[in-house]
Amino acid sequence: MKKSYQSLEDNSTINMKQVIYRNLTSKILHLGFILLLTFSTSLIAQDGDPANGKSLFNTNCAACHKLDKPMTGPALRNVEARLAEEEGLDREWLNAWIRNSAAMIKAGDAYAVKIYNEYNQTAMTAFPTLTDKDISDILAYTAQEVDPCIANPQPGCPNYVANTGGGGGDQGGVSNNLILGALAVLFGLLAMALVLVKRTLNRFAEAKGLEAVTETKGTPLWKAFVQNQFLVLVTAIFFLLASGYFVYGYFMQVGVDQGYEPVQPIHYSHRIHAGDNGIDCKYCHSSARVSKHSGIPSLNICMNCHKSISEVAPATLAEGKEYGVDYNAEIQKLYDAVGWDGTAYTGDSKPVKWIRIHNLPDFAYFNHSQHVSVAGIECQTCHGPVEEMEIMYQHSPLTMGWCINCHRETNVKVKDNEYYTKIHEQLSKKYGVEQLTAAQMGGLECGKCHY
Amino acid sequence: MHINMKTSLKYIVVLVMVVGLVSCQKNSRPNYQYMPNMYESVGYEAYQESDAFANGVEAQLPAEGTIPRGDFMPYEIDNTNEGYDLAKATLKNPLADPIPLDEMDSTNIDPNVPRVDYAVGGPLYTIYCGICHGAKGDGQGKLVKREKILGVPSYDDAGRAITEGSIYHVIYYGKNTMGSYANQLNEEERWQVVAYVEKLKADLEK
Repeated sequence: MKKSYQSLEDNSTINMKQVIYRNLTSKILHLGFILLLTFSTSLIAQDGDPANGKSLFNTNCAACHKLDKPMTGPALRNVEARLAEEEGLDREWLNAWIRNSAAMIKAGDAYAVKIYNEYNQTAMTAFPTLTDKDISDILAYTAQEVDPCIANPQPGCPNYVANTGGGGGDQGGVSNNLILGALAVLFGLLAMALVLVKRTLNRFAEAKGLEAVTETKGTPLWKAFVQNQFLVLVTAIFFLLASGYFVYGYFMQVGVDQGYEPVQPIHYSHRIHAGDNGIDCKYCHSSARVSKHSGIPSLNICMNCHKSISEVAPATLAEGKEYGVDYNAEIQKLYDAVGWDGTAYTGDSKPVKWIRIHNLPDFAYFNHSQHVSVAGIECQTCHGPVEEMEIMYQHSPLTMGWCINCHRETNVKVKDNEYYTKIHEQLSKKYGVEQLTAAQMGGLECGKCHY
Repeated sequence: MHINMKTSLKYIVVLVMVVGLVSCQKNSRPNYQYMPNMYESVGYEAYQESDAFANGVEAQLPAEGTIPRGDFMPYEIDNTNEGYDLAKATLKNPLADPIPLDEMDSTNIDPNVPRVDYAVGGPLYTIYCGICHGAKGDGQGKLVKREKILGVPSYDDAGRAITEGSIYHVIYYGKNTMGSYANQLNEEERWQVVAYVEKLKADLEK
């Protein structure tokens, strides 16, 4: 099997050298690829069905094995051929190992014990239900050559993202600036042209002895305005009020961080995690359920998934380019911080200096669990459409007026809450309402939040 | 005409200044505060930097060997293959038993009411497990369907034959690619999730 590819590749390289015209080489290369692919699939098809093997591999093996990288277990690309060449082990051995590796280790099979010790004595799950056909399908899948599309996406590949399209974001930015600059220059030229035209016209008029501008003698407008005291007074009052309005507006927004979106040390896209992948907010911010803080998740929670996700899909990477982010580099930053070398923790970890966005002043008390667990409020009510945010920003003003407004408008959730049953009954009778708002339950008392 | 030129120049200057002022507002840095010392406490805030500890952060792990006050039992089975087998064979869900008589008081719930509550375990399962293991526990969560994480087994997998003890053990320590969920779920929540996983397993095996 292997030899046939080899000879094909050799042929194509030889051909390449013989050809004089340079662009022919790529064509021949393509042809070589196509031939290689057709041959490889037809050859493997005799052995097992790699398509079925792929789905079996993904459900059964992929938790611990990757094709080209060791994970919990060894990399499995060409595992059958490698074992046959290097260890002299046949399909029988593989079948026995896959169905019950623990028994082989117990029986003292030399290579079984060796590989068991090599991978930190992690026991491989037994797969007694896999048939001979299943196993040969899986092995057919692992024997497939590296898909050239994965290594190097090119036109015609399913995962091909046009590089020009991906980089189009940057180029678009540049060309936008260019267009704007060109427009500005154009406007400048137009203005100059107008001035010039007017001047020449005036000159013509002068040359022909015509009076260009007939100035009427009278009080100019500004003098008339100054002489009218009433108008001056009104304008002064108007300007005072207007400036008062703006000064008030400025002072009222001091200390309000609405829209604050700092650059974080590791770029984290809520859009991908919470939006595209639909991971619940509380998966990472688990303390929001039970404590005052909705903590910034510790890095072990990132590693729950990123232990096995070290690179993003090509399509996601292309999306990142539009935002000017290289997601793979950001995952590497995570690995550096947590001290992960790809297979194990090195123990050399560094804290990440996240920048806090939502920060109430210390004289105001706020408890997440009261709002999330007791009141059952959606995170988005206060934090906005986080699942659409590529860069996290503060959606709400977090001012006292904003808090109080919501307490006035929101009904207390009494369903399934025995704690509130009695007080709700008595208070609703007192106020003569069916549903109490948070404010009527005492949500406006100063001491509730300031003490 | 000259006056016109001058006034328009004035307008332009004012416009440029206004634009300049507006564009100075930057969202990448926090706004001014009136009295910053009222906003920031003297005491440590969560996650704050601190020179008091060797690694420079305020948040620290509890000292080794200490346990919190109250109703807390440390989990003593080791994170090894033997520990896994031991947990699988012997560990039982304490929520399945009625409350011991000496622990019953007025605040405790009725011993006749089962403490295993799918209404507690279910939502927790959906948040923490369902994203990979799937709503039905068949290993077809959203991340698996989108091919982000592969190889998540179904709960009724015969080769694994999970038990309540092994489920708890794996939630506590993680296994292979799965991480530990000990810091996201407390002891009782873990057992509630275990009970819910057992229910899903039973449903799958039907």
